[in-house]
Amino acid sequence: MNLKQDKTMDLKTAISTYVKHGCHLSIGGFTINRNPMAAVYEIIRQKIRNIHLYAHSNGQGVDELIGAGCISDLEIAYAGSGKFAPTCIRFRKAVEENLIRVEDYTNYQMTLRFLAGSMGIPFLPTRSSLGTDIVNKWGFSDKMRKSSDKLPDQKLIVMDNPFQGWLDTQKVVLVPAIRTDVTIIHVQRADIRGNCRIQGLTFADVEQAKSAEHLIVTCEEICDNDMLKTDSDQNQIPFIHVDAVVHVPKGAYPTACYHYYDYDPKYLKNYAQKAREDAAYLEYIDTFIHGCRDHADLISMIGDERMAMIAADPETGYAKNLDRR
Amino acid sequence: MYYTLKEMMTLIAAREIKNSDIVFCGTGISMLAAMAAKNINAPESVIFFETGAIDSLLEELPLAVADPRVMYRTSANSGLLDSFAAMQNPITGGHVIGILGAAQIDKFGNLNSTVTGDYHWPEIRFSGSGGGCDVASFVPRSIIFMQHEKRKFVNTLDYMTSPGYLDGPDGRKNAGLPEGGPVMVITNMGVMRFDDKSKLMYLSAFYPGISPKDILAHMQFSVDISRAKEAMPPTEKELRLLREKCDCQRLIL
Repeated sequence: MNLKQDKTMDLKTAISTYVKHGCHLSIGGFTINRNPMAAVYEIIRQKIRNIHLYAHSNGQGVDELIGAGCISDLEIAYAGSGKFAPTCIRFRKAVEENLIRVEDYTNYQMTLRFLAGSMGIPFLPTRSSLGTDIVNKWGFSDKMRKSSDKLPDQKLIVMDNPFQGWLDTQKVVLVPAIRTDVTIIHVQRADIRGNCRIQGLTFADVEQAKSAEHLIVTCEEICDNDMLKTDSDQNQIPFIHVDAVVHVPKGAYPTACYHYYDYDPKYLKNYAQKAREDAAYLEYIDTFIHGCRDHADLISMIGDERMAMIAADPETGYAKNLDRR
Repeated sequence: MYYTLKEMMTLIAAREIKNSDIVFCGTGISMLAAMAAKNINAPESVIFFETGAIDSLLEELPLAVADPRVMYRTSANSGLLDSFAAMQNPITGGHVIGILGAAQIDKFGNLNSTVTGDYHWPEIRFSGSGGGCDVASFVPRSIIFMQHEKRKFVNTLDYMTSPGYLDGPDGRKNAGLPEGGPVMVITNMGVMRFDDKSKLMYLSAFYPGISPKDILAHMQFSVDISRAKEAMPPTEKELRLLREKCDCQRLIL
């Protein structure tokens, strides 16, 4: 816990301070929305390796971290980027070539696992996945689990309802808590102490944030410490959970940030095309990630015209009539 | 009136949706089917996304369940914890109809959306469960979209991601799952349903120009075809509303 009054820092420092080789990491957002992409790109620039990543359905951010070789182990429910990549392309390649180890859960199970971590309890029960291979097939080996003090010995446990049939339930699946070294989320507004206000769907960001040893928040707008104390019923994460606040406008780009900008169909389509072929993909990483000093550099390379096209309409929160074909 | 197979498939799903249904939508054609039902035959049905959006006003077709278009004028914008709890809780979950897709399906409607080949070194890796297994575990009815191909209608799944009827009529009960399961499988050739008693898939309808035998030739396992009838083609009104109100940018169709 960090109670400092000013937690602002630049992104390079935040990533190098908290995201280490071999760390256990989770990132917020969902498929093509509010992924902390500026932070993802900075992790790639800093060439941090052997990360153990936890995600429910983070499409774009997960795929880029895998594609750049930062990930060795992945616990996930879904790797897809909507219509742009129904299965994330570098993820698929990495699994088929056995470059990463994967453990499959469901979206609800991953969410419950983050919630359990945020509550400080070892597991939570659900009725999901009974009788399926989510229960029967385990990705991580026994040896891998037993040799790591950051992993529970079991993927999950099926047990009889200890309250004998209460709520018409005979069996439950217990899923283990996740406790990450660091979680990174991107929000619309944060103050310099770290209070956060998310607009639109929160996905599992709040649970992910609170299950982390350290939390990095990147934000579209940074506010002084008075502003978010008014209408604070609209805040989701109080500052006690936060370690670093980084002001990164367009920090979720090329994914969407509700009421600020839409996802960029052109970027995501180009990405999917480049991701299919190794040489083209290396060229993509060199141009769009290593070729940019920081996120602001990427945004200026994309240019004002494209940014204007994806700017959110104030009424709907997305870019109306955007060409998404 | 000319129509495409995709339009036929979308509208057959839409016709299955009732006014009292909460419709769990995935990406792509399932979202379009939910929008079609809302605009054509079930205006009081509720559109629902696993990301936490409920009763969204979809003025444009979302391209993902986390598309900002699902967040506009909802009854509540919450998160995954709330959406899955609402399906696991039978008070609300009992009204949910799921719409799912998969890479493989077996005769009891169990689905694979994870891998083909060996789990530890797969031939093809797919996206994984997402919320698919959760929905299939919790809700009483679901619709499945599939392409009718031999490698997809298989004797044995390479990986069972989402439960249908598991190994038969008592499968779900024995495993500890709530009652429920798939009610129909909509393909590019016809519509399959599940027998009330045996829970085995059977052919319920074939599209004009396609014979039940053609359909059997596209599956590894055989199904009862004695109950099959020709499917009712889309009406002019259905097609007009689908094209004008649901996907005027032709993003899916």
